[in-house]
Amino acid sequence: MTDKNRKQRVVVAMSGGVDSSVTAALLQEQGYEVIGITMQVWDYAKFTAPDGEKFDTCCSLDDVHDARRVAEQLGIPFYVVNFEEEFQGLVIDDFVGEYFRGRTPNPCVRCNQRIKFELLLQKAKELAADYLATGHYARVELDAGERFRLMTGQDAGKDQSYFLYTLTQEQLSRTLFPLGGMSKPEVRRLAARYGLRVAEKGESQEICFIPDNDYVRFLEEARGAGELDGDIVDSRGNVLGRHRGTYRYTVGQRKGLGVAHPHPLYVLGVDTEKRQVVVGSREELASPGLVATDLNWIIPPPQSPLEATCKIRYRHRPVPCTVTPLPDNRVEVRFTAPEKSVTPGQAVVFYREDEVLGGGCIEKAILNVEF
Amino acid sequence: MGLIYMDYNATTPVKPAVLEALLPFYRLQFGNPSSIHWAGRQVRGAVEEARERVAALAGCEPVEVVFTSCGTEADNMAIMGVASARRGEGNHIITSRVEHPAVLNACLALEQQGYDITRLEVDRYGLPDLGELAAAINARTILISLMFANNETGTLFPVREIAALAAVHRICFHCDAVQAFGKVPIDVKRMGIGLAALSGHKIGAPKGVGALVVRTGTKLHPLLYGGPQERNRRGGTENVAGIVAFGKACELAGSGIADEAKRLAFLCDRLERGIGERIPHTRVNGHPTERLPNTLNISFRDVAADSLLLNLDLAGIAVSSGSACSSGTLKASHVLAAMSLDPAYARGSVRFSLGAESTEDEVDRVLAVLPPLVERLRNS
Repeated sequence: MTDKNRKQRVVVAMSGGVDSSVTAALLQEQGYEVIGITMQVWDYAKFTAPDGEKFDTCCSLDDVHDARRVAEQLGIPFYVVNFEEEFQGLVIDDFVGEYFRGRTPNPCVRCNQRIKFELLLQKAKELAADYLATGHYARVELDAGERFRLMTGQDAGKDQSYFLYTLTQEQLSRTLFPLGGMSKPEVRRLAARYGLRVAEKGESQEICFIPDNDYVRFLEEARGAGELDGDIVDSRGNVLGRHRGTYRYTVGQRKGLGVAHPHPLYVLGVDTEKRQVVVGSREELASPGLVATDLNWIIPPPQSPLEATCKIRYRHRPVPCTVTPLPDNRVEVRFTAPEKSVTPGQAVVFYREDEVLGGGCIEKAILNVEF
Repeated sequence: MGLIYMDYNATTPVKPAVLEALLPFYRLQFGNPSSIHWAGRQVRGAVEEARERVAALAGCEPVEVVFTSCGTEADNMAIMGVASARRGEGNHIITSRVEHPAVLNACLALEQQGYDITRLEVDRYGLPDLGELAAAINARTILISLMFANNETGTLFPVREIAALAAVHRICFHCDAVQAFGKVPIDVKRMGIGLAALSGHKIGAPKGVGALVVRTGTKLHPLLYGGPQERNRRGGTENVAGIVAFGKACELAGSGIADEAKRLAFLCDRLERGIGERIPHTRVNGHPTERLPNTLNISFRDVAADSLLLNLDLAGIAVSSGSACSSGTLKASHVLAAMSLDPAYARGSVRFSLGAESTEDEVDRVLAVLPPLVERLRNS
C-alpha cells in the first residue's frame, strides 16, 4: 500500500541540543512527518552526585526534558527509547575492554555504528519511517551510479563525517543530515528564528557517559580494584620509572609520566602483557604509517593502492597517504610525511577532497623503533 | 480518525457528574474546612459527606477514611506509618515482587534504614503462594503489604486468605487496593483488611486525591505532620474539591459496579478473543479468571512492546506497557519479569485497560489496526 500523497515519515534522533532540535524543525518545515526520539543510553541517576551536583551529559534527564519540550513546541510525537543495556554491552564494555588492551577507543564511532544507525534505525523502520535524521554535520549524496556518497559537513570546523565512516549503503539510503550544508552560526540563527528554547544551549562534551571527563576513575570503577602498575621503559627496554596502570596512558601523552629526563618524553605505546609503558623522544613518536582493520568502504572497495588523505583522530587535519589493501579486510597506510601519535583503537578515515571514502580501526602504528 | 483511549489503569477522564459536583468548591464554596466561620462551615459538611461515600464503597466506617493526595501517599503512609509505630515490636515486613512502585520503593527505603523485607515470589499468573507467606512470618513481622489487584495484569490476590493469615498472627495487613477499588467489590471490614490504599483518578475523579483506610485500632504514625486535619492522621489543608469529587466518583462507581464490571468484561473478552483469532502466537498474562474485568495484558511473540505501543500511539490508540521511568522510557516490567514469562513473549507485552467511556466500536477499531501492525513488526 503506497500512497504518493502520503508525507514521508522521518524519525529525528533528538538529544535536546541545538543541532538535533533544528534538524527536527527544518524537516518539519520541509514537509516531512517528523517523529522525535531520544535514546536513553545511560542512567542519568548514576551521575547525579550525592551532593546533588549535576553533570552535563548528552543523555541527562535535563536533556531529555529539553528534547521533549522542543518536540512539544513543534507539535510532533516524541518518544524516549531505552538502549541502556545495549549501550552498556556494545559501547561501554567495548570502551573499557579496549583501554585495558592498551588501546584508545572512540566510543562515538562505535555508538553511531551499533546504536544510532543500527538499533535506532531499526526502531525507525518499525515505526514505518522512511528516514532516520540526525544533527550531524555531514552530507549524503546519491551519485549517478545509484551509489550513496558520504561527504564532509560544509562547515569544516564542525564536520563530523569522521564519526560516520562505518555507514553502509543501506544505512546511507535511509539517512538524512539536514545540517550538512550549514555552519554552526547558521544553525543557531535558525534555532532563534524557529524560536527554539535551546537556541542558546552550549555544546555537549566529548564522552557522554563520562561527564566529569575523569576517564581513569571511570575505568577503575568499571574494572574494579586490582593493581596494574608496572615499569616505564624506553624503546631499548631501559627502566625509567614506575606507572600505576597502563590504561592511564595514551599514545603521544607527555604529562603525568613522572620521569626526569634530559629531553621531553612521550608515550610511544603500551604493552599490557608486560605491563609496560614505552616512552621515547618526539622523533621516535613520528610514524611513517599504520595498519588498520575492520574496514568499511563507502566507495567500492579498492583492489589496488589508493591515493587519499586521512584523518587519524577527530581533531586532525587530513594528511596525504597511500592506502594498500591487505587480506582479511585490513589495509596498510603510508603517510607522505611522518605523523605523530598514531594511536591504536582510534579510527583512520580516508577522504578525497570532501568525500569520505571509508575507514577502519587503527591496529598498530608502524614505528621506526621496535619494542 | 478519532482517538482511542485504552489506558484506564493509568488514569481516567473525570466523569461529567463528578466535574459538576466539584466545580462549586473552587469559587462558591472555597472555604477551609478547619475554619469556624460560614466559609468553613459551607465545606466541612461536603468533605464529611464525601468521606461517607468513600467509606460506603470501601466497606468501612467514615472515620476510618483518611484523605491523601494520591494512592502513592496512601501506600507510603501505611508502610512508613506502621514501620515507625511498631518499631518496638519488630522490623520485618512482607510484600511481593509484583507490587506497585509506591509499595516497593517505600519498602526499599525502609530496608536501607535497617528493616528486614521479604519479597514473595509469584507464580506464572502473578500470584504469591500462601504457604510461602505463612512460612515467611516470624516473631519480628510487623506488616504484610500485598495488593488487591495487580495494575499491570489485573490479577486479583486472595485477599481474604491473606487477611485471615495476618489475623492469626496478629500482624497488620496493608492492602494496596488502588487498582481494584471501584472496579470490583471491596469490603475492608468483612475481608479483614487493616489498611487499604485508594485513589480517586482511577475511577473518574481528578488526579490529586486518594485515601488510606485505617481500621480503628491500627497503630500508625503520620507521614505528614501538621494541623489537626483528618483526626491528626494527616496534616495539611484538605483538597476540598478533589475530596468532593472522589466522594461523587465513589457514589457513581458503587451504584452500578456489577453491571459495569459485566460490560467491561464483555468488551475485554471481545478484545481478547478478537486478538486470539486474528493474530497467531499471543499469550494473555495474568490469571485467566481471577482478574480485573477491565484489564487485558497480552504478549505478542517476537514483537518489541515499545514499537507496538509507539505505532499504536501514532495511530491514535493509547495503551501502555510496563511502567515508565523518569525520562519516559519503557522499563522492562518487573511484574512480568517476576512471572517468568517465556523470553520470546516477555519483550512484547501490552496492557489494554478499559473504562467508563470504552465502547464496542473502539474495541473493533483496535482489532482492525492491530493484526497488520503486528505482522509488519514481525517482518521488519
